[in-house]
Amino acid sequence: MNIVVLVKQVPDSGLARQLDAQLRVDRNGANNVMGELDEYAVEAALQLKEAHGGEVTVLTLGPGQATETIRKTLAMGADKAVHIEDDAVAGSDALTTSAILAAALGRLEWDLVIAGAESTDSNMGVMPQLLAARTGAPALTGARKIDTDGTSVTVEHQRANGYDVLTANLPAIVSVWDTINTPRYPSLKGIMAAKRKPVESLQLSDLGIEAAGQAAAANEVVGAAARPERTAGQIVTDEGQGGTALAEFLAAEKFI
Amino acid sequence: MTDILVYVPNSGKHAAEVLTLARTLGDVSAVAFDDASASLAGEYGAAKVYRVEAPGIDDYFVDPKATVLTDLARKVAPDYFLLPSTDEGKALAARTAVALDNGLMTDLSGLAPDGTATQDAFAGTTIVTAKATKGFTLATIKLGATEPAPAPSSPEVETVNATVAESDQRVKVAQRVDEPAGDRPALSEARIVVSGGRGVGSAEDFALIERVADALGGAVGASRAATDAGYYPHKFQVGQTGTTVSPQLYVAAGISGAIQHRAGMQTSRVIVAVNKDADAPIFGMADFGVVGDLFQVLPQALEEIEKRK
Repeated sequence: MNIVVLVKQVPDSGLARQLDAQLRVDRNGANNVMGELDEYAVEAALQLKEAHGGEVTVLTLGPGQATETIRKTLAMGADKAVHIEDDAVAGSDALTTSAILAAALGRLEWDLVIAGAESTDSNMGVMPQLLAARTGAPALTGARKIDTDGTSVTVEHQRANGYDVLTANLPAIVSVWDTINTPRYPSLKGIMAAKRKPVESLQLSDLGIEAAGQAAAANEVVGAAARPERTAGQIVTDEGQGGTALAEFLAAEKFI
Repeated sequence: MTDILVYVPNSGKHAAEVLTLARTLGDVSAVAFDDASASLAGEYGAAKVYRVEAPGIDDYFVDPKATVLTDLARKVAPDYFLLPSTDEGKALAARTAVALDNGLMTDLSGLAPDGTATQDAFAGTTIVTAKATKGFTLATIKLGATEPAPAPSSPEVETVNATVAESDQRVKVAQRVDEPAGDRPALSEARIVVSGGRGVGSAEDFALIERVADALGGAVGASRAATDAGYYPHKFQVGQTGTTVSPQLYVAAGISGAIQHRAGMQTSRVIVAVNKDADAPIFGMADFGVVGDLFQVLPQALEEIEKRK
């Protein structure tokens, strides 16, 4: 079973993030990490490979420093990677990004594509369905469990108050939440092996994509402002009356 | 005349909010796949309802509904096509965008009559304004973008008969499993949310968080640290990778207030925090905070709440 995992390097959500002068996500800072949910997608792919054989290929679209994210996936156990790296990509919207990724998927042999349910920078959560529309493969999104018998795939699609069991024939596209597994840490052996694994670099011209970037985008960001910071209110230290003070505050605010 | 197409799923408050927002932009046509959705559209001022009859459509995931909505959007040629920002709403919007070669914006927190959309970026620390530059405005609206306001109308109802094409039968819904929600309100829609974090320390001690939530008539939430530690089920996680809440009152107990958590609750109207660590970031955004042991503070607060009831 050949699996392609979509990963995206994003600014660390645990640190301050900002837009650059062009009102795009500032990716030039040093604090870039693999998308938080992508690790779960890599782990899901590795577990399926361990059960069914085949190859795991990582596909990413991003600037040069995204190599760090690729290395991490290879160290976890992915077999090879494809890195689409082209300055013309900057400023592309989700629709253009999906066209680029779909073109790259068209060059690869896969039974399954696995992605995180959403990226942790833009959080749109639409890429699996955009790719389904472009590749013609079915999309089974938001999985908290995934199983395959080699010809079909079954997932538990997570909902707020339960789950739906979805099935489709392969090839298919699946996205996963962080409930699906516990991602492994790269071993020292894995880190060493990653250095010898192949990474193919592609540009938009290799994929037959002519229009990308802001010029091809269907939306334009016209402004950005920092949200006014919430200011701290009254903070008391509990010296035996903290709970009562809390209840009094709730009563004053008419919650009791 | 500005034409607004709205997808109305049978999900109460969120759909009512989208209809309320849509009304401020122009004439609303709603797409409903069942009677409850159709009547909700009438309660919230739709001028027209496309009542879709498609036997068997619920047996398949996304594809057949996407086809119906794409066909309708093509026929109606609206200025705006709005859907709730749910997993389903986003999926349907994505499919429509590709099929009609149109742009797409998600998770709008506002949409002005001139088409300017407002979105929260980076866990709500940045507010972005954006506009569609090609095609129509295709967007999903996040929960809490507006207060739902009823405006009963008698919409013209057009029945749309659709069949589920074989090409749309690829993803079967083999089973729907509803897990018991209990008596508490749904997390995303609750007026009051009481959440516990790492400081709660164990699954057993989450009972205290539940007791406070029940005393206030609220929902129970948990930080990622608490769900990762197995103290409380993941589906109650509030934060960037969990549920985003915007209640009138948010009580954070034993939660330090990492960015990942703040992303899910910082638009709450009133925030109350209890934490042992006086330097916890949560105190920087709390309207009222108690620096202290939650196992001392919360039982005493409960006692006082019961007294005042």
